[in-house]
Amino acid sequence: MASNEKYQLGELVRIRVGVPPTHFRTPEYIQGKQGKIATLWGAFPNPESLAYGGDGLPAQPLYQVEFPQTDLWQDYKGPASDMLLIDIYENWLEKI
Amino acid sequence: MPKVHDRGGWPNDDPIDHSEHKMEEWERQVDALNGVLGDKGLKNTDQLRRAIESLDLATYESLAYYEKWTAAMEVLLVEQGIMTSDEIDAKMAALEQGS
Repeated sequence: MASNEKYQLGELVRIRVGVPPTHFRTPEYIQGKQGKIATLWGAFPNPESLAYGGDGLPAQPLYQVEFPQTDLWQDYKGPASDMLLIDIYENWLEKI
Repeated sequence: MPKVHDRGGWPNDDPIDHSEHKMEEWERQVDALNGVLGDKGLKNTDQLRRAIESLDLATYESLAYYEKWTAAMEVLLVEQGIMTSDEIDAKMAALEQGS
C-alpha cells in the first residue's frame, strides 16, 4: 500500500506515552523510550480502527523501531549490543 | 500497570515456560470456528485481540490459549447481537446434562 512516511530510515524517535482504554499495539515497556527507525514497512489498515469493526482507513505507516535492550530493562544482563526490534505504527511516534 | 495482555517484564522476569502439549480436539474446533466467523465477516484478528484484551485479569490468568479465543468470540458475537449470553449459557447447561 502506498504511504507517505513522516519518519526516515535511521531517524531517532520517541514512543508516545499513553494507555487508552481502546485497542493499541504499543507495549508500555517502550513508551517514553527513544528508538531508531530500522525499517519502513509501508502503510497498513489501522488496527486501532479494525479492532472495532472499522475500515482501518486512512492506513497508518508502520515502522520497525530499534532499541538497546539496556535502555528498556533495569539490570539487563545480556550484552550491551543486544537490540529490541519492534513494529510500531506512526501515530505512536514523536519527533525528537 | 500495563493492560492485561501487555506482558513484557511483567509480572516478573522468570524464565518462560516453553512446554508444549498435544493439540486437543476441542482446540481444533475452536480454531475452525474462528476461521468460519472470519469468513462470514463476523470477526477479524484485530477484533479477536481486542476482545481477549478486554478480559479481566483473573479470567485472563485462568484461561488457556484457546479458552481465551472462545471467551473473546463470545464477546464479539454477543456485541453484534448474533447470540445472547443467555442463549450460550442455556446451551452450555443443556450440554452438561448430556442433551
